[in-house]
Amino acid sequence: MTASAPVIDIRDVSRTYGEGPPALADVTLSVRAGEALAVLGPSGSGKSTLLNLIAGLDRPSTGSVMVDGLHVDELGEAASAKYRRAKIGMVFQFFNLLDDLTVTDNVLLPAQLAGMPRAEARTRAGDLLESLGIDRHARAYPGRLSGGERQRVAVARALMNRPALLLADEPTGALDTASGEDVRELLAELNADGQTIVLVTHDLGLAESCATRTIELVDGRIVRDVATLTVNR
Amino acid sequence: MSALGRVVRAGVGRRRVQTAVMILTTLMAVTASVLAAGLLVASQAPFDHAFAQQHGAHLTGQFDGTKVTAPQLAATAHASGVTAAAGPFRTLSLRPRTTSGSDPLPAGADLPPMTVVGRASAGGPVDDTVLVDGTWATRPGQIVLAYGGLPLRPGAQLTFPDLPGSPTLTVVGVARSVTDTAEAWVAPAQAEALTAQGSTATYEMLYRFRHAGTDAQVAADRAAITAALPRGAMTGSQSYLTVKLQAVANTMAFVPFVAAFGVLGLLLSVLIIGIVVSGAVGAATRRIGILKSLGFTPAQVVRAYVAQALIPAAIGCVLGVVCGDLLAVPVLGDAGSAYGAGSLTVPLWVDVAVPAAALALVACAALAPALRAGRLRTVEAITVGRTPGAGRGRLVRRLTGRLPVPRAVSLGLANPFAHPARSATMAAAVAFGAVTVTFGVGLALTLGAVQSGRMLNSAGSVVVATGGGQQGPPGAQVVHVGGEPDAPKADPAEVTAALRTQKGTRGFYGTTQAQVSASGVTGATTVVAYQGDSSWGAPEMVSGAWLTGPGQAVVSTRFLRAAGIQVGDTVTLTERGRHVSVRIVGEAFFTVGEGMELLTPTSTLAALGLDSQPSRFNVETEPGTDLAGYLASLNASLDPTGAVAFANTSGTSDLIATMDALVGMLTLMLVAVAGLGVLNTVVLDTRDRVHDLGVLKALGMTPRHTVAMVLTSVAAIGLLAGAAGVPIGVALHAHVTPLMGDAAGITLPPSAISVYHLPDLALLALGGLVIALAGALLPAGWAARTGTATALRTE
Ligand SMILES: Nc1ncnc2c1ncn2[C@@H]1O[C@H](COP(=O)(O)OP(=O)(O)OP(=O)(O)O)[C@@H](O)[C@H]1O
Ligand SMILES: [Mg+2]
Repeated sequence: MTASAPVIDIRDVSRTYGEGPPALADVTLSVRAGEALAVLGPSGSGKSTLLNLIAGLDRPSTGSVMVDGLHVDELGEAASAKYRRAKIGMVFQFFNLLDDLTVTDNVLLPAQLAGMPRAEARTRAGDLLESLGIDRHARAYPGRLSGGERQRVAVARALMNRPALLLADEPTGALDTASGEDVRELLAELNADGQTIVLVTHDLGLAESCATRTIELVDGRIVRDVATLTVNR
Repeated sequence: MSALGRVVRAGVGRRRVQTAVMILTTLMAVTASVLAAGLLVASQAPFDHAFAQQHGAHLTGQFDGTKVTAPQLAATAHASGVTAAAGPFRTLSLRPRTTSGSDPLPAGADLPPMTVVGRASAGGPVDDTVLVDGTWATRPGQIVLAYGGLPLRPGAQLTFPDLPGSPTLTVVGVARSVTDTAEAWVAPAQAEALTAQGSTATYEMLYRFRHAGTDAQVAADRAAITAALPRGAMTGSQSYLTVKLQAVANTMAFVPFVAAFGVLGLLLSVLIIGIVVSGAVGAATRRIGILKSLGFTPAQVVRAYVAQALIPAAIGCVLGVVCGDLLAVPVLGDAGSAYGAGSLTVPLWVDVAVPAAALALVACAALAPALRAGRLRTVEAITVGRTPGAGRGRLVRRLTGRLPVPRAVSLGLANPFAHPARSATMAAAVAFGAVTVTFGVGLALTLGAVQSGRMLNSAGSVVVATGGGQQGPPGAQVVHVGGEPDAPKADPAEVTAALRTQKGTRGFYGTTQAQVSASGVTGATTVVAYQGDSSWGAPEMVSGAWLTGPGQAVVSTRFLRAAGIQVGDTVTLTERGRHVSVRIVGEAFFTVGEGMELLTPTSTLAALGLDSQPSRFNVETEPGTDLAGYLASLNASLDPTGAVAFANTSGTSDLIATMDALVGMLTLMLVAVAGLGVLNTVVLDTRDRVHDLGVLKALGMTPRHTVAMVLTSVAAIGLLAGAAGVPIGVALHAHVTPLMGDAAGITLPPSAISVYHLPDLALLALGGLVIALAGALLPAGWAARTGTATALRTE
């Protein structure tokens, strides 16, 4: 276990916006392959900022961010886009599906951007939708689906290119209890299959049920870092 | 009001691109419109004013004294339609020679023939001439010169060596006649005395008519007069409309195309301001809802949005008036000075009326979307999100998604269908740009054709000058006005022989010039006489054919109009009592010499007793001949004759250069505005899609792909609109260029009108694509650079 190189290696990272106090301050964090890391913390504590830095959507003010051996903080715009295509799958609180594309077309997007052969992409999308239990909505538009179903579509889209890392920002934040439970189970299963996950949440239950490790941010600093021992495991 | 003001200011200030676009588009439209209207009005004014004040002659008639008597002529004052008449006045065609030297004219200079009229007083019911200097000629030995003719002042003396005893007259005054009824005046008794010996009497009558607004009316009035006289009594006549045309032609030629640009500009302004305001309303649905929930009335909202368009439009109008007025200065030039009107400017009412009309148009364009904002229901405005109507264009998205192209491209292709109305306006802006480019390029090509065709002596790559200049009678010393006496001429026969033996000569023809009087045309007419096979160097024919034998002549449309004749008619040339009739066999296009030169074989000059030896040869060399080598060798063999060969370079016309510059500037402005219209639409679209763009980037879309997507979304529109705009531009050009010719009193040859060729058209069609892509490039870059994290936060 200790021998495997970390998937995420964050060193002394700070991120300041303008004059205000830092959104992240001196964060050092390393995540190994197969881990499911839950990031807890009050609103404004820097959780989304941390996720954006890992995804290459934002750059640290100081410090370095390495993902899968890549200096994410040093990538240019195009390189960081290619990096996301290849290594990252993202799931958001408000799904961020494109309303004018069907479910299948939404799921296909990352593969199309990466230039995956058509047939292969179609097969993969079909498999994903089926395994996530939403294949009957394949030709529907996202507006027709329930919140839970939409989030499943988002997860399918995130997994399309078999990312090394799945990033989820409040994936259950916009869902009711039952749908939330749905997504919680899905993430736990994915992690059990070996998917590395970083999960930002307010939801202690979510953290406990599907994370192998939990950190807590307050005012941009890691104040707690514990292994979560779940009964299921 | 202050709250409303602040809302408007905030709205205007926040949209810098849109504000700049609105200012530019109105600026362009008003500049072109003020210029067109200003030229139209201002160029007519001095002539009209002078004509009214001096009771100008609607018709000046010349009569043959052997066929009609003075009392018969006087009786024509009672012909039907005539309201006033003056005359008959004796007329003479005389060649003066200066006796006293003055600044531009040395003593002893032989001058071209001038029409001298015997007239008792400066004033009268018709052609009430204005004395600019000195007094009227009342006694023998006195002469009054027409203003703008010979550069002589009272006190100068002229002799007439052709007349027995070489009488000498003293200039006592300078007078201005609005319709150029004479080049000089003397007292009636003096005219009588000068005519006396043997030569036939000729007369001039001046008429004013009840109805003389059009060429047709003047022609009818003229017919009424000739009907009352013996056949052939009237040898020529000149309508005031011809004089006016020549006075304003150069300026009027600008009006059709500048007006076309003005109309294009106004339409584009309406379109763009409509786009901007509806875009502002669409983007601010929420804001409008908040304003209304705070207690703004619908009327206030409407006013706020109309004002948002009117403020930049007003700035554009003011700048446009300034630009239009400034541009009018070089175009109007000294068009007014001939009538003592000083330098011309655009009339004040044009400066007020044109921008007022433009502003009214802008207000209308802004009102429609502003009313939509006013009607917007408050609840809807607040609750409905920023992206209404996301359901549109789904089918197209699905279809384009199947295309075997990169995803970024297929996403871009489907984009225009999400906002059909917006895409249509963008297409219209691009089409306007394409129309303008096509029109502008066509005008430039036409002007280029006119430029190369307007000269008579531009044929051939080599010119040989024999050293002779303008022709006088044989043996007379010839002086150019303002120039030195010419060296004696080389023998044309020797030059011809040298050209024949010179290796590399393909063909050549000789020309010479003389000034004689021509029937139907007042003043001296320059005759260009051709010798040898000149068919390869002939000017472009509008109708009829080029010279093929003796007794023929070719003239321009202007000459035909001035003389009131058609191809097939004859013109009588007169030189010191000798008359020669030539038949007009063709109408040619050229504008050199104001297009009033008469082209004829040298035999015509010989028949008039003038020197018919060529003074200049235009030479065409064999293809592939080295010009420098040819010239060196030819000059060596010409050396003993005194003639010189040089490369043929024809000058350029200031008028055409001014037109070219104006066309280029207006085209650039309109195209820039069209491009900005595209830019503005893409900015709106990008702003709408900023969230989707964020998602796509989070999924790994590179900046290059983002740019490609945005550019694809406009490319199809650009191609289609460009292809649609080109035929419209061609049609506009086909409509406007003949009007320009008409305004200038010339008929443009087909080669100057059919200027487009298929490859050019294909390129022009691509122009729409270029405009669309250029307009989209900037916002595409913005889209690519938008911070993804920020974009995703805006949910
Ligand atoms: N683009 C930005 N510009 C300015 N400040 C920002 C920006 N993004 C984040 N911040 C600030 O950084 C701090 C951390 O924000 P972040 O979004 O990471 O918080 P969070 O922990 O995700 O909160 P929440 O639970 O509410 O989503 C906040 O104070 C926020 O205002
Ligand atoms: Mg957050």
